[in-house]
Amino acid sequence: MNNPTLRRIALALAAPALAVIVAVVVSSIVLIISGSNPIDAYHDMFTNALKLETSIDILNRATPFYISGVAAAIGFRMNLFNIGVEGQYLLAAFFASVVGGAVNLPPVLHVTLVLLVAMAVGASWSGLAGVLKVTRGVNEVISTIMLNFIATGGIIAGLIVVWQDNTGQVNSGTTPLPKSGRMPDLNSWVEVFTRDIGKGRHLTGVLLLAIAVGVAYHLFINRSRMGYEFRASGYNPFAARAGGIAPKKMVLSAMVLSGAIAGLVGMVEVLSDNYRYDQSFVRGLGFQGIAVALLGRNKPAGIAVAALLFGFLDASRGPLQASGSASTEIVVIMQATILLAAVVAYEVVSRARQKNEASTAAALLAGSQS
Amino acid sequence: MANAIELIGITKRFPGVIANDNVNLAVEKGEIHAVCGENGAGKSTLMKILYGMQPPDEGRILVNDEVVTLASPSDAIDLGIGMVHQHFMLADQLTVMENVILGSEPMKHGLIDFDGARTHLKAVAESYGLSIDPDDLVESLEVGERQRVEIIKVLYRGAEVLILDEPTAVLVPQEVEELFNNMRDLKAGGASIIFIDHKLDEVLEIADTITVIRQGPTVATVKPGDVTAHELAELMVGSELPSPQTTASTVTDEVTLEVEDLTVLDVDDRAVVDYVSLKVRRGEILGIAGVEGNGQTELINAITGTEPQASGTLTLLGVDITHADVGTRREAGLAYVPMDRHQEGLLLEAPLWENTALGHHTRPPFAKGIWFDRDGARQRTEEIRRDFDVRTPNVEVPAHALSGGNQQKLIIGKEMSSDPKLLIAAHPTRGIDVGAQAAVWQDIRDARAKGLATLLISADLDELIGLSDTIVVMLRGRLVATLDPATITPRDLGAYMTGVAVAQEAS
Ligand SMILES: Nc1ncnc2c1ncn2[C@@H]1O[C@H](COP(=O)(O)OP(=O)(O)OP(=O)(O)O)[C@@H](O)[C@H]1O
Ligand SMILES: [Mg+2]
Repeated sequence: MNNPTLRRIALALAAPALAVIVAVVVSSIVLIISGSNPIDAYHDMFTNALKLETSIDILNRATPFYISGVAAAIGFRMNLFNIGVEGQYLLAAFFASVVGGAVNLPPVLHVTLVLLVAMAVGASWSGLAGVLKVTRGVNEVISTIMLNFIATGGIIAGLIVVWQDNTGQVNSGTTPLPKSGRMPDLNSWVEVFTRDIGKGRHLTGVLLLAIAVGVAYHLFINRSRMGYEFRASGYNPFAARAGGIAPKKMVLSAMVLSGAIAGLVGMVEVLSDNYRYDQSFVRGLGFQGIAVALLGRNKPAGIAVAALLFGFLDASRGPLQASGSASTEIVVIMQATILLAAVVAYEVVSRARQKNEASTAAALLAGSQS
Repeated sequence: MANAIELIGITKRFPGVIANDNVNLAVEKGEIHAVCGENGAGKSTLMKILYGMQPPDEGRILVNDEVVTLASPSDAIDLGIGMVHQHFMLADQLTVMENVILGSEPMKHGLIDFDGARTHLKAVAESYGLSIDPDDLVESLEVGERQRVEIIKVLYRGAEVLILDEPTAVLVPQEVEELFNNMRDLKAGGASIIFIDHKLDEVLEIADTITVIRQGPTVATVKPGDVTAHELAELMVGSELPSPQTTASTVTDEVTLEVEDLTVLDVDDRAVVDYVSLKVRRGEILGIAGVEGNGQTELINAITGTEPQASGTLTLLGVDITHADVGTRREAGLAYVPMDRHQEGLLLEAPLWENTALGHHTRPPFAKGIWFDRDGARQRTEEIRRDFDVRTPNVEVPAHALSGGNQQKLIIGKEMSSDPKLLIAAHPTRGIDVGAQAAVWQDIRDARAKGLATLLISADLDELIGLSDTIVVMLRGRLVATLDPATITPRDLGAYMTGVAVAQEAS
């Protein structure tokens, strides 16, 4: 490769590719040790992913991963470790479901109200951690972990029995959202290009929301003045302070923004899947988001790729179980090794990039002298 | 005499620049060898190569006449080479002793042998006449002391070759004298010292041999007896040695900054700034002289707003800013060149154009409504690069890729080009070569003529005397004397700074 641009692009893709290769190798070893045939397992995963139904499934799963990844990334950009996305989205989904199930509004307004409640609850819950940090110096890692417990074990567990729907269902949960509060699916959009999706599958309308979140995140962090202040504080808080960027204001806004986005993580479930909060509401998306943000290097597009990858792995559980070609735990192992390998690979590749730039520069200089 | 170190044909390239171009350097055993050259000439890079921090692209390194390969600083340390960096690398939250043993902890029964380390450290410090308390927190130390810690750290590991990258940049003359005495002792003990310095009279005073590098290659190796400071400067930059000369006074009656009865307390509630009042007028440069640690840092932090004051009022252009935050003060026309460029001045990993925006990002050309104006920022940075001679391949490189002096020029440039009303400049030419220094002085004078009020803090007494319209001396948190720079000599000023002169007056 003599073309420097090509070489740069190759280097940019090298790290994630390297990480995936390492993950595949490690997982294969694990599969062989546990007595499965890796080729069969991968074959099942891929043939499955190529099916239209699974593609829809991947997008549905990637949507909350992406939103959660962005929520975590906003904090990371300022060196704030918001572990609390988990508690923030669960609490937000809970209150949003309660409010959404209790009112009757015109469709667009209804959905908007649910979204606003979710963002407000998420923002207040993370804002609490922010306030504790700026007033009392409490480390956000500790406070958000505590707030996670309070949210799930305290508030939700306590209130769900009070506010549950008494229609006699076994699985207690909030009153389901009426039709007006549900997000229409995107099936008709997809079906313009493909066949009928069928089988009761729906491409979540929240996907559009996730895309909007991604675009907004990009514009905010890379193009806005406040995004610049965020990044500056992340690079060097002392220099940022001397440059007139108030550190407390930054910490507080980062936490609030991160929490507001976190509030949207549970919306796939609330607006387009289950339409209520119940005992089996999906958990763990907050922690997945941290992994996705790390893998995507906190960049809007990077997080998208990472979310899709995690969505793909997640969607492989079903077929693996069905075919019996491997234990579904392999999915978790792959996610973890990809993450670990990615951290190492980014470092290796960034060194290679420096070398590459230096030699390109040297070649240019030599060329200009002769 | 035998060579302790010999570098032959060293070449090192970075993206877009050749830092070292076939450099040769020979250091004899037991000599003090100065390396001089303008900002970005490749001095620090050469030293990092010798210390194993960066591999050379080409060339050989000989230690005691044997070719060696240095893969990391620990290889260099094993060969008896130690380095004190241009930007200190101490952990603030650790004690002196912990910093010294960091990375080479002495072990005993599987635990760190603190007692053994303390004894060894004290022995090392005493034998070279370097006084320091091993149990002090580094955070609480003054620059001069920090430097001593860095030197002890190197000696503790048995270094016979010491590399000091701009050790005097942060020191006042008395501290420089002390350092030079230490260096002479070390030399008498058989050590070789390589040091980098932009102050040529210091070089001529202490060095046995001087090597000059200019934009990559070595241009000359001379003996201090054979050259004057003028000739040395010419070798370095090919230009005249400038001396700061005040032009006609431009001081007006309009007060830009008024500080009244300002008191700042430290963590133990002791007054580190004690009832200080001062005025800086339009077109005036007020110099503050003082040994570091006498409250200057706290004074400027209170004026810029990064540290709270206990009592007193601050007025900027007639507006009370006592309780205004840093951003408001910045927007009111405050510009700030911080003492420590790495700590408070730069976003080291960010590109240059993001750095120049810092502190001015709420105004054009960096802001367009709520948006950050990337094109505006790039363009302004290009202007600064041109006007302030910041040597860089382009404005997209991260700030850490600039040489120390060029980083400083970038900071000066970004602060001066924001059309400030009040400039707080702490050691504005720290680490800048003689040629660029003259340019910076001229920039400050030009701005003064247009009405800029400047509060100047500097360890360089020639700079202080040459630039200031008035000099006040700060000692233990108080302003103890007001002096006329036209009549004061550096020597007398030094006496005021240490309190000797005031005591004499009183008796
Ligand atoms: N890590 C790096 N990446 C890219 N370029 C670098 C890096 N380090 C140094 N350079 C470049 O190499 C050149 C020499 O830098 P160096 O720090 O050695 O200069 P110097 O002689 O020490 O200057 P100063 O007197 O300003 O400290 C500069 O042009 C600088 O921009
Ligand atoms: Mg240097």
